Amino acid sequence: MSAAAPAPAGWHDCRDTFSRTVEALAEADPRIVTVVSDSVGSSKLVNFRKRWPERMVNVGIAEQTVVAVGAGLANGGKIPFVSAAACFLTARAMEQIKADVAYTNVNVKLIGQSSGIAYGELGPTHHSIEDMAWLRLLNNLTLIVPSDPWETEQAIRAAAALDGPVFIRVSRMPVPDLKRSNAKFEIGRAETLREGNDLAIIANGVMVHRALAAAEALAADGIAARVVNMSTVNPLDEATILEAAKTGAVVTVEEHSVRGGLGGAVAEVLATHDPVPMRILGFPGFLPTGSADWLLEHFHLNAAGIADAARQLLARK
Amino acid sequence: MTFPASAELRNDPVALIRDKALWIRRRSFQMVYEAQLGHPGGDFSAADVLATLYFGVLRHDPADPRNPARDRFVMSKGHCTGAFYAVLAAAGFFPEADLSTYMQPLSKLNGHPNRNYLPGVETNTGPLGHGLPVSVGIAIAGQIDKADYRTFVLTGDGELQEGSNWEAALTAGHRKLENLTLIIDRNRLQQGARTEETASLDPLDDKWRAFGWHVEMVDGHDHRALYEVLSASPKGRGKPLCVIANTFKGKGVSFMHDNVAWHHGVPNQEQYEQAMRELV
Ligand SMILES: Cc1ncc(C[n+]2csc(CCOP(=O)(O)OP(=O)(O)O)c2C)c(N)n1
Ligand SMILES: [Mg+2]
Repeated sequence: MSAAAPAPAGWHDCRDTFSRTVEALAEADPRIVTVVSDSVGSSKLVNFRKRWPERMVNVGIAEQTVVAVGAGLANGGKIPFVSAAACFLTARAMEQIKADVAYTNVNVKLIGQSSGIAYGELGPTHHSIEDMAWLRLLNNLTLIVPSDPWETEQAIRAAAALDGPVFIRVSRMPVPDLKRSNAKFEIGRAETLREGNDLAIIANGVMVHRALAAAEALAADGIAARVVNMSTVNPLDEATILEAAKTGAVVTVEEHSVRGGLGGAVAEVLATHDPVPMRILGFPGFLPTGSADWLLEHFHLNAAGIADAARQLLARK
Repeated sequence: MTFPASAELRNDPVALIRDKALWIRRRSFQMVYEAQLGHPGGDFSAADVLATLYFGVLRHDPADPRNPARDRFVMSKGHCTGAFYAVLAAAGFFPEADLSTYMQPLSKLNGHPNRNYLPGVETNTGPLGHGLPVSVGIAIAGQIDKADYRTFVLTGDGELQEGSNWEAALTAGHRKLENLTLIIDRNRLQQGARTEETASLDPLDDKWRAFGWHVEMVDGHDHRALYEVLSASPKGRGKPLCVIANTFKGKGVSFMHDNVAWHHGVPNQEQYEQAMRELV
């Protein structure tokens, strides 16, 4: 649905990881079903449908119903993976997510596909840069924003193993495999990908590899930036945020509105316990026309933009 | 604002509509080809309806696009901006040259229509299932004011799977909104498959009748039939009108005809050139 920018070799569309993982899980556990709203192709579930046509429920273009039917399937003992474009799955079905899934506290896995600004030129109706804000304040709902294929697979496996509602953002924007010395995924635990004590950059999703590149650029200036991957947004790893505050300055970076998302969550913790100078990097709101890559550059959500913001912040430390 | 008024139109409305429909197909396909983005299958199924509305039915004034007396048109299937922007440019709402900026950085011609960027757009669409409820609101305002304008809305057929349409249908039937016309682009295809293989809609006409609507079924590529059913006065009907326009996705180009791959497929150079040879 969007002109594919040629991705660097070896980078990945995490939707492929999603479909591969959900198929592997479905082989082992007959309770797993997929629930879609005319979103088979965009969720990369064509092969799942081929293998288990009776275990896919396609309700048509009806996101409120896709979420509510997921809740009903969970009641009937299934483990439903409800998969649709993140923008419609959240904006259209927020009350179903709130009441039928989170408040009722049922075992539904919501997969927000092509989250963030991946749909670029298709505009603000198709961007999903409000979802972290809307979702993170729902009790019971685990919210995960994975950064690369490895973490996407871990998040999906952890979600299947957890008896409770989970929302996972799955990006279609190509990302590299992140290097990890100690790869261990745990829901609710942030991951420090790079040590440093001059300031901390807290990012998630497709912004993590950009934050790492920014830290590399800052190192060339003699600035040691810590990089924290805050992939679980709910429940929030407050201890790691407070550790980051000890550096004296915190930059947050998200593929989301600057209001109410990861930056808002971190700010709530810092303002309450240990206020330090902070910058929140993200998008300003409804965006102009442009491709995903163009939008990221235009709003300085790249390594250079993150490094610049960090330098400016250090001056206030 | 007494459109239809042009000499061209008084002479032969159907010939004018036919010419414009062809132009819309060619120009929108060029836009999609250049942007390498868009929804050309649905552009082509809707091209004849759009040409009929803008060149035979709607009373509008591009020089005064928010004139309170205008007929309203809401493009609920907002993904088909190729055809929608082409018809707005053809009708004079903005310069034709702007079409070349389709989906380029900072363009007013976003992938989905934005009323704050472009004259002639009544409401921002893109998420399916919004156009009819908004149009019901417009029609109720007209009913309260005893205004003369009519409100038209074009939806897809897959789009009707969104429940919001049926909530709005109840209100429209209940309030006997004869000033409201819904046109359904019944191409029988949605994004990934046929509607009847996904969440079936048939018998579609009976559903609308049951909700208190008057239903007309037309060949959605027959300009004369569309012109007659859409330009007929609604006065005294006492019900909202639902026009089921039976169409084909990709209509006009052999390899796109009734082919779901062209929902958001985009042409390579060879396909583009072949399509242009066929669209004459
Ligand atoms: C609420 C919502 N869900 C999903 C989509 C994604 N989508 C865009 S077009 C489309 C299929 C529309 O089919 P139909 O209404 O039949 O339109 P047409 O065949 O005329 O293109 C879908 C699912 C959307 N735009 N809005
Ligand atoms: Mg259709």
